[in-house]
Amino acid sequence: MSTALNMHYIVDGSDFTTAGEASTAVKMSLKKLGIAPDIVRKVAIAMYEAEINMVIHAGGGEADVMLESDKITIRLIDHGKGIPDVELAMKEGYSTAPDTVRSLGFGAGMGLPNIKKYSDEMYIDTEVGKGTTVTIIINLH
Amino acid sequence: MKVSELCKAAGFTLVTDKQDNDREIGGVYACDLLSWVIGRAAQDAVLVTVMTNVNVIAVAVMADLSCVVLCEGVSLDSAALQKANENGVAVLSSDKPVYETCLLINKVMCNK
Repeated sequence: MSTALNMHYIVDGSDFTTAGEASTAVKMSLKKLGIAPDIVRKVAIAMYEAEINMVIHAGGGEADVMLESDKITIRLIDHGKGIPDVELAMKEGYSTAPDTVRSLGFGAGMGLPNIKKYSDEMYIDTEVGKGTTVTIIINLH
Repeated sequence: MKVSELCKAAGFTLVTDKQDNDREIGGVYACDLLSWVIGRAAQDAVLVTVMTNVNVIAVAVMADLSCVVLCEGVSLDSAALQKANENGVAVLSSDKPVYETCLLINKVMCNK
């Protein structure tokens, strides 16, 4: 199936307080395109959590959003330290975030579980020392 | 109940401007852990919290919350206030603690 729309973003990893700019831009774009509000909300939440993770753990990265007739695919690619144990990282409450992040209301070990909850499909491709690619698929119908 | 009606009936102070204060409220969620909020708060919910950083506003935008009520008289930092105004997120202020604020919201919503 041909891709209807591609969006590409650089996620700045230097400032945690600005994290979420790519997710905000995607939310606005999908809203303007007339995508159903419940779908837009799922995309916004799943992508925001992935973007926050990328800033906390990998110093930023890149995000690609592909809108097709039947689904939205979000791929977040970083070159950070990778995830040693994906199964453990997926558990609610497990976190390796620093205290500075916790003091801002994150780092509760809910990021990856939240992404899974709000996506229809989720894939994590990670290698310690090389980086992580998180792929989120949300169906339009 | 609309955000503007809640603000008036509960005696809260509106600390932002230019927002869609006619937005309808759909429930209440009280929490300071933002990852819990974004994962569990329902669309159109009022977020009751004492967190005041810019990420509170980002979470309100992403989770499509109707407004944020800050408790115990805490103030938004300047970056958060600017983001709230830019993104049309209504932020109200309560001088009461979280529990009393939730009780007050419940009371005015039940009396509506």
